[in-house]
Amino acid sequence: MIKFLLMINKQGQTRLSKYYDHVDVGKRAALEANVVKCCLFRKKEECSFVEYKDYKLVYRQYAALFIVVGITDDENELSIYELVHNFIEVLDKYFNRVTQIMFNLDKVHIMLDEMILNGCIVETNKNRILAPLLALDKMAES
Amino acid sequence: MALKIVKGSIDRMFDKNLQDLVRGIRNHKEDEAKYISTCIDEIKQELKQDNIAVKANAVCKLTYLQMLGYDISWAAFNIVEVMSSSKFTYKRIGYLAASQCFHEGTDVIMLTTNQIRKDLSSPNQYDTGVALTGLSCFVTPDLARDLANDIMTLMSHTKPYIRKKAVLIMYKVFLKYPESLRPAFPRLKEKLEDPDPGVQSAAVNVICELARRNPKNYLSLAPLFFKLMTSSTNNWVLIKIIKLFGALTPLEPRLGKKLIEPLTNLIHSRLVITLHRASVEKNVCLIGLVLPIVCVCVCVSNAVLISLSSGMPNHSASIQLCVQKLRILIEDSDQNLKYLGLLAMSKILKTHPKSVQSHKDLILQCLDDKDESIRLRALDLLYGMVSKKNLMEIVKKLMLHVDKAEGTTYRDELLTKIIDICSQSNYQYITNFEWYISILVELTRLEGTRHGHLIASQMLDVAIRVKAIRGFAVAQMAMLLDSGHLLTGNMQRNGICEVLYAAAWICGEFSEHLDDPMQTLEAMLRPKVASLPGHIQAVYVQNAAKLFATVLQKHEGATDSQAAQDTSQLLIERLPLFVQSANLEVQERASCILQLVKYIQKLQQKDVEVAEEVSALFAGELNPVAPKAQKKVPVPEGLDLDAWINEPPSESESEDEKPKAVFAKEEPKQSRARHIEVDEKELARRREARKQEQANNPFYIKSSPSSQKVYQDAPGVEHIPVVQIDLSVPLKVPGMPMSEQYLKLEEERRQKERADKKKKDKKKKKREKRGKGKRDDSGPESEEDITPAHQVDIVTEEMPENALPSDDDDKDPNDPHKALDIDLDKYVPSAENTLHKVTVCMLHAEKQGDLSITRHFLV
Repeated sequence: MIKFLLMINKQGQTRLSKYYDHVDVGKRAALEANVVKCCLFRKKEECSFVEYKDYKLVYRQYAALFIVVGITDDENELSIYELVHNFIEVLDKYFNRVTQIMFNLDKVHIMLDEMILNGCIVETNKNRILAPLLALDKMAES
Repeated sequence: MALKIVKGSIDRMFDKNLQDLVRGIRNHKEDEAKYISTCIDEIKQELKQDNIAVKANAVCKLTYLQMLGYDISWAAFNIVEVMSSSKFTYKRIGYLAASQCFHEGTDVIMLTTNQIRKDLSSPNQYDTGVALTGLSCFVTPDLARDLANDIMTLMSHTKPYIRKKAVLIMYKVFLKYPESLRPAFPRLKEKLEDPDPGVQSAAVNVICELARRNPKNYLSLAPLFFKLMTSSTNNWVLIKIIKLFGALTPLEPRLGKKLIEPLTNLIHSRLVITLHRASVEKNVCLIGLVLPIVCVCVCVSNAVLISLSSGMPNHSASIQLCVQKLRILIEDSDQNLKYLGLLAMSKILKTHPKSVQSHKDLILQCLDDKDESIRLRALDLLYGMVSKKNLMEIVKKLMLHVDKAEGTTYRDELLTKIIDICSQSNYQYITNFEWYISILVELTRLEGTRHGHLIASQMLDVAIRVKAIRGFAVAQMAMLLDSGHLLTGNMQRNGICEVLYAAAWICGEFSEHLDDPMQTLEAMLRPKVASLPGHIQAVYVQNAAKLFATVLQKHEGATDSQAAQDTSQLLIERLPLFVQSANLEVQERASCILQLVKYIQKLQQKDVEVAEEVSALFAGELNPVAPKAQKKVPVPEGLDLDAWINEPPSESESEDEKPKAVFAKEEPKQSRARHIEVDEKELARRREARKQEQANNPFYIKSSPSSQKVYQDAPGVEHIPVVQIDLSVPLKVPGMPMSEQYLKLEEERRQKERADKKKKDKKKKKREKRGKGKRDDSGPESEEDITPAHQVDIVTEEMPENALPSDDDDKDPNDPHKALDIDLDKYVPSAENTLHKVTVCMLHAEKQGDLSITRHFLV
């Protein structure tokens, strides 16, 4: 199962974090710092899977943003790799510019909740993921 | 009054929303903490307002701040308020905040039960969806118990959107409240055949997770899954099902036979085309199938092997097929594929080492890769691929890497791996222990490593257990003690100076093998030693005493009383330095031994032979003890551990005197008499004291302490089988040994053996049987031809009589999956119905009640 998902920028600051297995708030900062250290210093040719303590980290870089997913051993690494890409595509479809992501993190959370539930992948179809969000927007306008 | 309202709304105009907060934080990069604390104060103000929109805004901002690392649990009640709002937008914000910050310890969760129940039965599907999503993050056992029924009903909801989420969250509910599994299971089974593919895959997901932990309960579902596997085209579902079969096949061998054909088809059809494409991205999900397919193939052939009735000719073919495909993956230039290929190979390795061994060259190549993850995987594989024949070459190659490796973490990893490879299954693959010790000594020359402790424990282990090698080991250790560079090396804990610990102990314990104990003794007592860490110094002091005993014996044997007295004098001169040490342990041992030596000197001046008595101080073999031996000691009959031993307090003082008496320095006459006495009781008491010292010393490596039983058996050392030593290789190697020469020697020796094989055939077999002791040689046939260079007798670990080594004690009693291990074929439908009725009544009662907000919170 998926343990956590982090969006980190190139300077190592966490932009978004979602934990599917409860971790104390104090320990989160330490965990994130370690994860960042592992992933940011990898070169381009190296593979996207890193072993970290008892998790595996699957990470992908998109321009200035790193998405890191921590998974347990039983999860298929390539499927998570594809999931990350799917997530980025959904974000791309909804937001026009990257900066908008930062100002609407609650919406990003909603999107993520539609895709991953309780550490398992629920939905990968972009239209279905965005349906509740669009409904929400319509309700907010009216 | 009107002014107040206007003032209030003006205030509200200047409230920040989330955008403003983020912008503000970005603009205040230098004083971020201060800015955020002002924001938090504003948020607290906003939360005191009545307006729900304002509260929701505040909670939204809090969620963002929580992500940055600020604790927001003080706002838990406000979050619950926002959750109870009727407008979807605000409710969403409340649930989001709850999922981010609520956990099992949050006490306001019980206020939410009713609210969640309302949301779950709401006509708006998004409300329900939001509740389900949020619930999955903070469900507690109480919540699970109360809401299990509602969620079960939702599994049959008309909208697939809801069904999907309900199915997935049931898994979490099962974990927290295991009794819900039985009534929910039939519905879960139905969902496997749901028309909507999303719901279907969710059901497959949940059942796979459950079945992985307790596979025997789900065997009845196997035919259903088989049908799904052959008919489904959704790759994600396929991956999960194949993994599930991997867990089931060990239990049901016929299943394995049935699976081989469809799996082979899958491998052929899906992978042939995709692997040759340049852009792998599009077909990555298909390649992701490889890993689980491999797992299942392994399990399948395993299962077939176990039930080897007809001897299926195909199973090894399917393994070969897998290995072939994996080889293609590993050779691919994409790093990700390489990684996965190596990962899958290591899984096959566990059950079919022979098929993998032919690809050793490829794996060794991967060791040179730039990517660290790939190197680590290759190392793991090597671990399983060693055999007696290639161990030396592999380790040689690894040592080369150790020299080349830049960063210390990788080098440390290599070091641990080398030692792991060599020491696996009780040193099964080492044919020449001298070579191994020389490898260990070479490893000590590494700088800046953190694994000195590991090397030290290996040296100790080998020296204790392999009797034949003790002479060589002791010679090496004596050289180490002499060498200056280790003393000037880094002094941190676990640094390479730990090796000196082992060296000193080995020299002391097996001092009879030493050529020149006098020189070693002097090396141990050099003033520079005082700069080593405390626990190492303590061992030095203790073992100096042991060496002293040997030296005395030697001198008195040669009736050289002057030399004997000189030795005592040497000790008396050098020990005071240790007596003044800051470390308590060192102080104690040094002062004990100093006093002892002073008495001995007095006796020597009277020309009394003391050597015998002094060496009696250190008599007795120290054998390794099995790690679980203490637990397995049976309680003797007639002993009630819960009964009071004495009447409480008054009599306990009498027990203090015994340990004091042994170390009594104040009464010289008494101790003098004890010196001459030297009977069994005295020895036993001294051993007891020494044992207590060792038990209380946190730095003492416990791999070699003796249990009470060993000392009682001390005269019966003969029960340990001792075998003739066959020394075809000379033990004395001048100077620091180079392990290279062992490789050459080994080659020559093997060739010689092969030439003489026929003549010595019978004799060899006999020797092998006696020499192997406890080792089971399960390697390939060709290894039988290689006899070890020394007939080694590996002393086995001590256990109480009739105790079996077992692994049952390791399981965690709090594992939630243990509670889910129930037999699902007999479920109780009636209990489900009564529960349903009760909840329906409760809902009715609510509807008729007052609809104020406070009521919502009442459970």
